[in-house]
Formats: sequence, structure tokens, C-alpha cells
Amino acid sequence: MSFFKDLDWKPMALVPVLALAALPAIGSPSTWLTLTVAGLAMGMIVFIIASGLTLVFGLMDVLNFGHGVFIALGAFVATTVLGTMGSYTTADSLWLNLLALFPAMLVAMAVAGALGLVFERLIIRPVYGMHLKQILITMGGMIIGEELIKVIWGPEQIPLPLPEALRGAVLMGDAAVEKYRLLAVLVGAAVFAAMVWTLNRTKVGLLIRAGVQDREMVESLGYRIRRLFVGVFVAGSALAGLGGVMWGLYQQSVIPQMGAQVNVLIFIVIIIGGLGSTLGALIGALLVGLMANYTGFLVPKVALFSNIALMVAILLWRPQGVYPVTNR
Amino acid sequence: MLHRLLSNDLPRSRWLAALLVILFLGLAFAPFLFPGVKALNVAAKVLVFVALVASFDLLLGYTGIVSFAHTMFFGIGAYGVAISLNAVEEPSWGAIALGVICALLISFVLSLMIGLFSLRVRAIFFAMITLAVASAFLTLASQLSDFTGGEDGLSFSVPELLSPGFTLSEEPLVTPLGEVDLNGKLITYYLIFAAVTAIFLTILRIVNSPFGRVLQAIRENDFRAEALGYRTVVYRTLSNVLSAGFATLAGCLLALWLRYNGPDTSLSFEIMLDILLIVVIGGMGTLYGALIGSVLFVLAQSYLQDLLRLAGEATAGIPLLPALLTPDRWLLWMGVLFVLSVYYFPTGIVGKLRERSVLAKLRGLK
Repeated sequence: MSFFKDLDWKPMALVPVLALAALPAIGSPSTWLTLTVAGLAMGMIVFIIASGLTLVFGLMDVLNFGHGVFIALGAFVATTVLGTMGSYTTADSLWLNLLALFPAMLVAMAVAGALGLVFERLIIRPVYGMHLKQILITMGGMIIGEELIKVIWGPEQIPLPLPEALRGAVLMGDAAVEKYRLLAVLVGAAVFAAMVWTLNRTKVGLLIRAGVQDREMVESLGYRIRRLFVGVFVAGSALAGLGGVMWGLYQQSVIPQMGAQVNVLIFIVIIIGGLGSTLGALIGALLVGLMANYTGFLVPKVALFSNIALMVAILLWRPQGVYPVTNR
Repeated sequence: MLHRLLSNDLPRSRWLAALLVILFLGLAFAPFLFPGVKALNVAAKVLVFVALVASFDLLLGYTGIVSFAHTMFFGIGAYGVAISLNAVEEPSWGAIALGVICALLISFVLSLMIGLFSLRVRAIFFAMITLAVASAFLTLASQLSDFTGGEDGLSFSVPELLSPGFTLSEEPLVTPLGEVDLNGKLITYYLIFAAVTAIFLTILRIVNSPFGRVLQAIRENDFRAEALGYRTVVYRTLSNVLSAGFATLAGCLLALWLRYNGPDTSLSFEIMLDILLIVVIGGMGTLYGALIGSVLFVLAQSYLQDLLRLAGEATAGIPLLPALLTPDRWLLWMGVLFVLSVYYFPTGIVGKLRERSVLAKLRGLK
């Protein structure tokens, strides 16, 4: 049973502990259930976005402040794609709706991934290994991207209504749980499962994990870690695009600044999780999602500070994040 | 005398020295050289930015850590003066002093906390954590509308000596370049000028002290600095605290000049980007870059946007170009300029000028 002995379960317990601790503060169990599902949905979306960023950092020590561009781009592409599919999204049939939604997600991922390729080439490659310049350059890239989105789609907020069949809520006992949030949890779980499978059961995943642990050793064994890194970067950008679509649908509107807004959450998440750790990012994302929804309900004004407080508390407990990546 | 004043950190390039003298004299006599309300506003903004950017350079250029919370401290200073002058019936110097002191205290506590907390583990956390804290602070400032005036901001009046209604003489001073009103605005300008000069020289003193040398050592190689026995956390945190303090003072000066403060004038992320750009253009790690960069940037911001509008109108028939060439897309061009400068121009104007004079000397030796 060494698996269970080795398993570091304490961080995993944080999520249910936080959820249960909030129950008495909120009082009504049905409200609590609604908020918890909302928190989990938000957490899953944030995880989809954050996973790419944390892997990119783990693999190549690249801290990408421009990750938000891919989020916003994905969401804006989705508005265009869904806009051209008018009748499919307004039809009252789940299958037709999904038929519109999935192409939108795929196109968003493809566009965000393609931009990721360009971004890696133009913005990140020249400054490998220089943290200070990396932070400055990727921030500059973020601003250029955001402005270009404004040039193409205009600076205004664009509504991104949910497809007909995903609107409204299902009743679970007394609690109303929005259908879309359930879908978001499902998609998030599917992405997480696919990622765990890729990382743990495939050769590429093995190399990525090994690269995160010790880049030079993997290189000395004859693997081209740069190429692997480009692949991870593109995949991470595509996932950010997917997350952007889901975030836009969650908010039901998109604005060019959304990338910068979500970026702040993502940074908190990957710091909580430990830079480079996928499982840590999942736990961080769920914690942040739950915390944001609970405090948004209880004390709305301090919602953003509550996440910072959460991060502070976690870092006091484990200064490198809940799952520190070794050898860093 | 000059050596002591400049803390032995001379321009080390004839062109640079000439440029600095011209800019200094230009700012010192700006109200008389360039009469007019807009010109004076631009000059005052340049002064405030010199102090703000110099304080940021202490952090980015000398210590080598990136903070995105610099506008937060700038905003704390501006809000300190604004809230305190807004609350009193009769504007007084005491109220200003109270506002400045409270703002400095808040900045001190916040910067100490952020510094100790995030720099303790790894410097790379610092950029992310400051970004998160600054954006939370911005949201908070616009939400606490009873206290900060929300999105609308706060307008307030300043002590009589500084208000535009106060006149030294009824007759405007007639100069060959135009008429100059001798009023409270002029006094405020010189107050800001004196304060910024003092701040600039103090920061120059700090970076050329043994303490400043340690900061630069940490920038070059933090591991080695630690191995030599310097507690890098302590030095980095101190640098953060000092930089935050000077930014707060710059914020106070801005509020005094504008007699208004709101989220967009002192807290917004755009100002953070402006600061980054000025530091990079002027030259990271040289305070003179802050002066040159601020002058160039503020002038461009105040006058080039009109040019951009003209360019947009001129290209009205061509597709896409007008959308790119409007003043609304100012940030796009700033972003492009920023990325290009970091790549191709990392030492900035000051660095290039010094490089040239070093090369010229080497050629002379041959």
C-alpha cells in the first residue's frame, strides 16, 4: 500500500474542508449547493486555463504574462463562430446547441494554438533564460494582443449568450444548479482526465514530466526539449483558448480586458499550486473558484482580496505552493 | 560641489551631460519659456513622472525585480492628499501633511508585507503577487465610493497660496515669449520642482551608496550576493519599501497639482505601462534615464496623439489603417515600441550615449 503512504493527501483535503467550512457561514444548504457547484465550475474553467501556464513554467522556466491574450482571443473567436451559427444556438435542442458549441470551441482552440506558435516564436524564444526580460516582453505582448483584439472586434463588451438548451437551472432538492455550470464541470473533468492520461500514460507525457523535474538530464539523453516545449506551449495556448470560451459563456459576455482580469486569478492559482505542478493547479483552481463564490455571496467587496488572503495562508503553510516541484 | 550633489554619479558622456543640462534648465524655467496652460500642465506632469520613474528604476533597474504595484503606491499618495483635503472644511497645510504621512505609513506597511512575503520564497513570485494585489486594490478603490469617490474620483481645494486664485501681482509678467500669470499655479509648479529635485537627488544618493552597490550586486547575481553574506531578502525588501515611499510622494505631488484624483489618473494599469516604457526607453539602471525618458514620453503622449489622429484621418479611405491609426489605439503603438525597445535597445538612451563616449575614448587611445 505504498501508494497511499506516499500520497500527499493534505492539500487534496483542503477543497472539501473549505467547502464544509463555508456551510455554517452561509447557513442555507440549498444556497450552499448552488454556490459550491458554481465554485467548482469556475475552478474547472480556471484550471483549464492555468494548466498550460504552469506546465510551460515547469518545463522551461518561462513565465508567460501574456497568457491572458489566448483567453480573450478564444472567447472572441467563439462569439464570431457562434454568431455565424445563429439558428443552431437558438434552437431548443441540446444536440443542435452542442453542434454549434463544439465547433466554436475547436475553432477557438485552433486559433489560440496558432497564435501560441507565433507568440512563442516572436516573443518568447529570443528571451529564454532571462526572467526580467521575459516578464517585460510577455507583458508587452499581452498589451499588443489586447489592442489588436480591440482593432478587430471593437473595444466594446460583446454579449455571448448561452445556447438555448443550456440556459436555466435544474433543481436538486431545493437548490437550483445552472445547467451550464454542470457542463463546465464535466468539460473540466474531461480535460483533466485527458491531461492526466497524457502525462502519466504516454511517452510524451513521460518526457514532459521528466523535463519538469530535470531539463538538462532529459536533453542529455538525446531528446529535443525545445521542440517538446513548443508543443506544450501551443497546447497550453489552445487550452487557454478553450478556457476563454467557457469563461465567456460563464460570464455571458466578453470584453477585450478579460484576459488581464483572468490572468490575475491564474497567477494566484499557480502560486497556490506550486509552479509547474498540474495537480497543484487543479487544487488551487478549485480553492480559488470556491473562495470567490463564497465570499462573493457573503462579503462581495473583498472577493478579490479573499483569494489573495487564501494564497497568503497557503504560502505560510507551504512556501513553495501545495505541491512544490522538486529540483528548483 | 556638483560631485557631492550628484553623488559622484556623473553623466559620463558629453552629449548626455549637455542633454541633461538643457532638460534641467528647460524644466526649471518652463513657465517662462513655454507660457500657456497646456504647456505648464505638461511640464508638471513631466516632473511628477521623473520622481515616479526614478523610484521605479530603483526597483527594476538597480535591484532587478519587476513590480506591477508601483501605481498602487502612486495612487495611495494621491488618494492620501485627496481624501484628507476633501475631508476638511478649510484646506490647510496641516491637512496636506496629515495626508502625506498617512499615505506614507500605508505604503510602508503594504510594501513591507508584500516584499517580505513574496521575496522570501523567490523573486519571481514578486511580479505575480504585485499584479494580483494591485488589481485587487484598484477594484477596492473604485468600490469604496464613500471614501474614495469611486470612479468619479475626488475634487478638492488646496491652501490659498497654491490655488490659481492667489496672485502675486495683478499684472502678468510680460516676457518676449508671452505673458506669464504670477499666480498660485506657478508657486505649486516650483514647489513640485523643488520636491522632485530633492527626491531625485536622494534616490541618486541611495543608489550610489554602499547599500545601492549591494542592490546592484543582487541584480547581477543574487546567489553570489547571498554567498557573500548579504541577506538578499532584506535588501530587496528595503529597496521595495524605499521605492514605494518615493512613489507615494510623487502621488502626493500629482494630487496637489491636479486638485483632483481618481482611479484613472493615478491607479490605472495604463500608468504602470507608461512607467515601464519610460524606464526602458530612458535606460534601466540609470536614473538620468528617468529624466530623459519622462520628458520624451510625456511630450509624445501630449502632442503625438494629435499626429496619430491626423494620420488616421489622412488614411480614411484605406481599409484597416484608420482603425490602427487612431488615438484610441495609442496603447498598441506603445506596446510595440515597448517590445522593440526591450529587444533592441535594452540599455536605453542613456546607455547608448555612454556606450558611444566609451567607444570614442577607446578610439582616442589607439
